[in-house]
Amino acid sequence: MLKTRLIAVLIVLDGQVVQSVRFKHTNVIHYDPIHAIEAFNKWAVDEIVVLNVARKADDRDAFAEKVADISRICFVPLSVGGWITDEGYADLLLRSGADKLVVNTALHSQPELVAALSRRYGKQCVVASMDVMRGGSEFPTVRVDRGRVDTGVSAFEWAARAVELGAGEILFNSIDHDGARKGYDVETLKTIARSVDVPVIAFGGVLTWDHLLGGLDAGADAVAVANQFHYTEQSTKKAKAYLARKNVTVRAEGRFGD
Amino acid sequence: MSTKIAIVDYGMGNLRSVANGLAEVGASSALVSKGEDLLTYDKIILPGVGAFSEAMENLHKRELTAPLNACVDAGKQILGICLGMQLMCRQSFEDGTHQGLGWFDADVVEFPKTENLKVPHMGWNSVHFEKDNAIIHGIETGNDVYFVHSYYVDCKNQSDILATALHGQKFTAMLARDHLTGMQFHPEKSQQVGLKMLENFVNG
Repeated sequence: MLKTRLIAVLIVLDGQVVQSVRFKHTNVIHYDPIHAIEAFNKWAVDEIVVLNVARKADDRDAFAEKVADISRICFVPLSVGGWITDEGYADLLLRSGADKLVVNTALHSQPELVAALSRRYGKQCVVASMDVMRGGSEFPTVRVDRGRVDTGVSAFEWAARAVELGAGEILFNSIDHDGARKGYDVETLKTIARSVDVPVIAFGGVLTWDHLLGGLDAGADAVAVANQFHYTEQSTKKAKAYLARKNVTVRAEGRFGD
Repeated sequence: MSTKIAIVDYGMGNLRSVANGLAEVGASSALVSKGEDLLTYDKIILPGVGAFSEAMENLHKRELTAPLNACVDAGKQILGICLGMQLMCRQSFEDGTHQGLGWFDADVVEFPKTENLKVPHMGWNSVHFEKDNAIIHGIETGNDVYFVHSYYVDCKNQSDILATALHGQKFTAMLARDHLTGMQFHPEKSQQVGLKMLENFVNG
């Protein structure tokens, strides 16, 4: 039986891991992402997502080099994203050691690119990241370009379109909940999880391990955490121990004998 | 002299991860794309992500099939990972019928689509050892490893099945016979458990 995945997210700006609060990135958590990966390697995290949130595309090659450094010591699946605007760059990220590509703005501005990546590398290689915001309207809409541009498209429609384009997974994030420490946006998450047949990863807003359960109860297949995993020593181990106590089937650390 | 390990480079998949995994357990490896070079290595890793037919086509086009068979005849240790393990089988039914390398009497078939079963089978799942083998020494049965695949290996010869896993049904997670080993999961992405298997492969 497949285990419920616990995913650590690293938000990277100018080569450093930063804290994200409603998509503002003011505080540095780690000067080098390698330190974070070293810790997560020891703490039984199931998967790692690294997102480049730089405002300009200029340093995307430097980010790819960082991905290569990370992959050297990352022995769990590694998803990376940010500034994937052409197949050549996607290829560079994969050759740098990424296992999956996280697309966000491209779903809006270059849907054909997403479809092409899915055809070329397979659905399992394409993760559709979606950032929703409630704003004033009744239904939350999806924003792109690191949360700055409101597409006006409802979260529900967006997820369906992403799957149609060939995404094999959805990374659901809420701008309202990001860094707000009140748990995932479970309301929206529920609708998304019900409407698509690919795995949905809950992300954005975790403070307590109980929030992880909230995401799973809302129908998420996997739970992701950024800020909070970096602040607590042995964080992912503690989170897993909590989930296991609540009867969630999680991966235990390797068991070795004779 | 340290063991020389070749990772077959035939244009399919993330080879860097496999090389990284080997480096982590203290082994050096080389990406090898020329058939004639393969025979100069002690051990061979056949990795692979993608479609079966394209992979076989690439092996043929790059004239790697005959050298790989020669490596089998020479008794070299060969490890197939993910699609690499499937290529070791007789045939695959992924988008038609395609001949594989035929080292194992096994077919590659699709997971049946049912309502509660997500395909691809992606994520961490437990592997249960069915027999003993040097590649699993020191590892307990039931550990989790990382899988990503839509097709699975249906092995006809029970004694070739080293490990099984469950996804709607029991399927072959590891193949082993003589000096040939296959892993349906990704040892290079399966943390300590996978690294231990790579270490066993290097030292075995």
